[in-house]
Amino acid sequence: MEPYILIALFILIIPIFSFLLLGLLGSKMSHKTAGLIGTTGLFIVALLSYITAFHYFFSFGKVGETYEKFSASFQWLHLTDHLHIDLGVLLDPISSMMLVVISTVSLMVHIYSLGYMHGEKGFQRYYAFLSLFSFSMLGLVLAPNIFQMYIFWELVGVSSYLLIGFYYTKPSAVAASKKAFIVTRFADLGFLVGILILSYFTKTFDFNELTNVHGSIFHSHITTTFMGFSVFSWATLLIFMGGAGKSAMLPLHIWLPDAMEGPTPVSALIHAATMVVAGVYLVARLFPFYYFMTPHVLTVIAYIGAATSLFAAVVACTQTDIKRVLAFSTISQIAYMMVALGVSRYGADGEAGLGFMASMFHLFTHAFFKALLFLGAGAVIHAVHSNDMSDMGGLRKYLPITHITFLIACLSIAGIPPFSGFFSKDEILVAAFHKDIVLFACQYLVAGLTAFYMFRLYYNIFWGKENHYHHTPEEAGLNMTGPLMFLALLTVVTGFIPFARFVTSDGLKMETEMVWIVAIPSVLVGVLGIVIATIMYKKPTTISDKVATSMGGLYKAASHKFYFDELYMFVTKKIIFGLISGSIAWFDRHVVDGFMNFQAYWSNGLSSKIKGLQSGRLQQYAWVFAASVFVIAALVIF
Amino acid sequence: MNFLYLFVILPLLMMCGVAVLKQAKQVKILMLVGSGIILLTSFVLLYLFLQARAIDSVSPMLFRSDLMWYSAFNIKFSVGVDGISVLMIILSSIIVFTGSFISYSMQEQVKEYFLWFLMLAIGVFGFFITIDLFSMFFFYEIALIPMYLLIGLWGTGRKEYSAMKLTLMLMGGSAFLLLGILGIYFNSNGGNGNLTMNILEIAKTHIPVEAQNIFFPLTFLGFGVLGALFPFHTWSPDGHASAPTAVSMLHAGVLMKLGGYGCFRVAIYLMPEGAETYKILFLVLTGISVVYGAFGAVVQKDLKYINAYSSVSHCGLVLFALLMLNKTAMTGAVMQMLSHGLMTALFFALIGMIYGRTHTRLITEMGGLMKIMPFISVCWVIAGMASLGLPGLSGFVSEMTIFVGSFQHPDIFHRVITILACSSIVITAVYILRVVGKILLGPVFDEHHLALTDATWYEKIASVTLIISIAFIGMAPFISSNIISDSLTSIISRL
Repeated sequence: MEPYILIALFILIIPIFSFLLLGLLGSKMSHKTAGLIGTTGLFIVALLSYITAFHYFFSFGKVGETYEKFSASFQWLHLTDHLHIDLGVLLDPISSMMLVVISTVSLMVHIYSLGYMHGEKGFQRYYAFLSLFSFSMLGLVLAPNIFQMYIFWELVGVSSYLLIGFYYTKPSAVAASKKAFIVTRFADLGFLVGILILSYFTKTFDFNELTNVHGSIFHSHITTTFMGFSVFSWATLLIFMGGAGKSAMLPLHIWLPDAMEGPTPVSALIHAATMVVAGVYLVARLFPFYYFMTPHVLTVIAYIGAATSLFAAVVACTQTDIKRVLAFSTISQIAYMMVALGVSRYGADGEAGLGFMASMFHLFTHAFFKALLFLGAGAVIHAVHSNDMSDMGGLRKYLPITHITFLIACLSIAGIPPFSGFFSKDEILVAAFHKDIVLFACQYLVAGLTAFYMFRLYYNIFWGKENHYHHTPEEAGLNMTGPLMFLALLTVVTGFIPFARFVTSDGLKMETEMVWIVAIPSVLVGVLGIVIATIMYKKPTTISDKVATSMGGLYKAASHKFYFDELYMFVTKKIIFGLISGSIAWFDRHVVDGFMNFQAYWSNGLSSKIKGLQSGRLQQYAWVFAASVFVIAALVIF
Repeated sequence: MNFLYLFVILPLLMMCGVAVLKQAKQVKILMLVGSGIILLTSFVLLYLFLQARAIDSVSPMLFRSDLMWYSAFNIKFSVGVDGISVLMIILSSIIVFTGSFISYSMQEQVKEYFLWFLMLAIGVFGFFITIDLFSMFFFYEIALIPMYLLIGLWGTGRKEYSAMKLTLMLMGGSAFLLLGILGIYFNSNGGNGNLTMNILEIAKTHIPVEAQNIFFPLTFLGFGVLGALFPFHTWSPDGHASAPTAVSMLHAGVLMKLGGYGCFRVAIYLMPEGAETYKILFLVLTGISVVYGAFGAVVQKDLKYINAYSSVSHCGLVLFALLMLNKTAMTGAVMQMLSHGLMTALFFALIGMIYGRTHTRLITEMGGLMKIMPFISVCWVIAGMASLGLPGLSGFVSEMTIFVGSFQHPDIFHRVITILACSSIVITAVYILRVVGKILLGPVFDEHHLALTDATWYEKIASVTLIISIAFIGMAPFISSNIISDSLTSIISRL
């Protein structure tokens, strides 16, 4: 195990080193060198990640029958007698799995960007930020304690800010990056306060102790409550708030659609495959704690997830910007993973612990097919220079590779066998089916909607009415189509991984079998969605407009994303800027400072009134002297 | 001779040199070299201190020596340092060093400017090396007077008004402080023996609780005014807005730290029961400072006002953490002093660079500077990230130490006020990103700005020095944290 801890360290060191190299010396490098440094670094990282994960799952990870946690860290900052922030690495099933996901998608994005960002100004800066992001994200998943996770959580947020605002002369990109940072920061405040509460009562930041079901924390009887809820409920709920911010759960999802202002490969990496699943990862990381200490919070998570997935799926049906459709689809799919965690139980026998495994499985498969969708969308945007569906149509002739790979990803997300999305989505539906029929119904509906809006997107891009293109769209070079094909391959094969053998909530192997009563209807609803989309969008028809008008208010509300952005603008512009800050600034200048100036004013006035007393004229002094003598004498006498 | 005297003697020698030299260029070179030597000396001090500490881990202060100043009242010039003072001296020398580089472009009355600048430096260094109340007060006042002239003569905007306001308010604070110091002095003998001004000797006795309850608030307020305690902070926006760049740096970077340093070295250390009595009141005031300053910064349009309000918020956090009266929070407070000193100096330096080029400080009149002056802009982003608490830079570690420390109190009041203070991290993000978005990013606002140049060599040296220091504290916080918490032991043991 020792050498793998060392390898894991190198997985972190290489990207930060290439960030520093590109950040400090980038301006003196050619684009080619910069791209080469970034990509080579990530290639090595990917290789090391595969080695680590492979050996974890097949040799050193398993002790007896269970997959154990291995960690090593050093003390970075001493805080109190019990609490200290350590930095280190932790290898367990989910962190090893995440290593594979992050490094694969990141490598694909690095290669793809060589073509996509070719000749772009700030190419070196782009690769520097990509390396910074990879470093932060890998550090986040390898964190052995919750505080290190928070540290990298913030770093991920900043890398995301920098990459969304990559086109910094574009005001919309600047606004989007600011919004993303501030909304997630607000959520992180919850995360931080949650950590403070949790660490005060458990006296530790360490994940090993926080999730050790046989440890003392799980047998402590802390009955402290605050406003009717136990302190642990507050802690886990607030920590989930942090996760909800990053993973774009309602109502903190507003930043993600705007984040599409960033370059498309960045959206594929950060806002589809890796950073946005950090919230899911966080809940999964603390899962035993959630399950045993605060089970009702898990229920809350499940319902928030279900509401989010339904909401996002409905909105996705109405968007016309292809990246925004994918963004809402991402929100919906991540919410799916949250639901799965919410309905799961701890342990691995039977269906009890299925949700946890299904959630991680979906995270795994979703990362690849969603990255594929984004990179495919990027190839389309690259070819037609527009994000809008109405500028596309009939592109299957011009972009054959993009077309086929995109179709594979669409089939996968729609849950059609044998593509990977079918397997993972099916497990989630089974898990929900066993726990809560309302959640199941909701997720079932979402599955149908997903198939519909994905094929709406697919037909609008590749079929439908052909546009008059200024120059004929062309397929990009191998550095862009290569990653597409590789990810398509992964989308086809990853569904067959016997995931339940490797990743479960307690590390024990789990047996799963096909539950036909769930699987067949879920395929059918997917097919139904596809059929409807085919009728409406394959050939140019007016059906879609008619449907839209018949929906009336609902359609309008959905296409305005249910007015969350307007609400957000109202809260920031009117309340935070206008009401609170404006009045504080006024109060400060006029009341607090006015009081100080008033002091100066009256003491100035008073002194000019009494300055006559020291006139230096002897006669005046003599008069005052004489008068005083009389007054005193009079006082003494009477 | 005591090694610590060097920190007064070196600036004094430089003052003589500046007075003798004729040409502005020579004066500037002397400043660069001299401040470099002071910086080196401060690192030598750290080295010597750590060595001496390894041998003697008991004495609260090292490098002790006394010179009789006025024997009738038993007033001595007593010097001595612990880890915290050493770190504050290093902070001061970094700021003096970078301030000298930033002032390299100074044009008018160069000689006089640097004379007053050095006098300010003497006041600051003197304050940190002395451990007797009279000498501390003496150096405190020495630091204040040059401010008036530096702002009034070399400032911009409503400089006379601002200089007067700043001086009067701080003088008002020092009137409270003088009362507090005298109160401590006359209660310093524990009922018998000589009265003394020496902090270490006073700490051996116990000041009667009734006296503490009178003199703690006076002393704390006196230092608190300098630490921008609400509602006595209004000198800060006006004063900073009018001050020349290097003076703003020194003032916000170091002088405001005198307030926080004094609060714990004098007020809390000598009168712990008084602190216990009044902590609720002052926690509320400092808590207000933290949030109020941050909100105040959100809508300002002048870069210096934004930074001044941000300083109110960050310095409020220093006093806030000190009043938590536990080791972790107080360690965080000192780290926050270091961190804020470096960050704010960097901010003021950058504001000076931008103002020197665009001749405006209004964020509504700038845009897209990233394209025109990339070096300055990148430094600005780094400073902003430090200010909003990005891990890896100094702001994060100090804030986290403070928050975790403050949260260790089991009662609701402390918890709630800590959470409120935590919320400042969001508001900070709002105003930092607002400025970054407005002035650095987006399209170029003014065509004339396209002709402007990026930072010069001396500006680069200053910025890079500050950034390296910020990153060093942020990446290796255990070094400063350990030095600070060791030195706090003697103070904590009295609480």
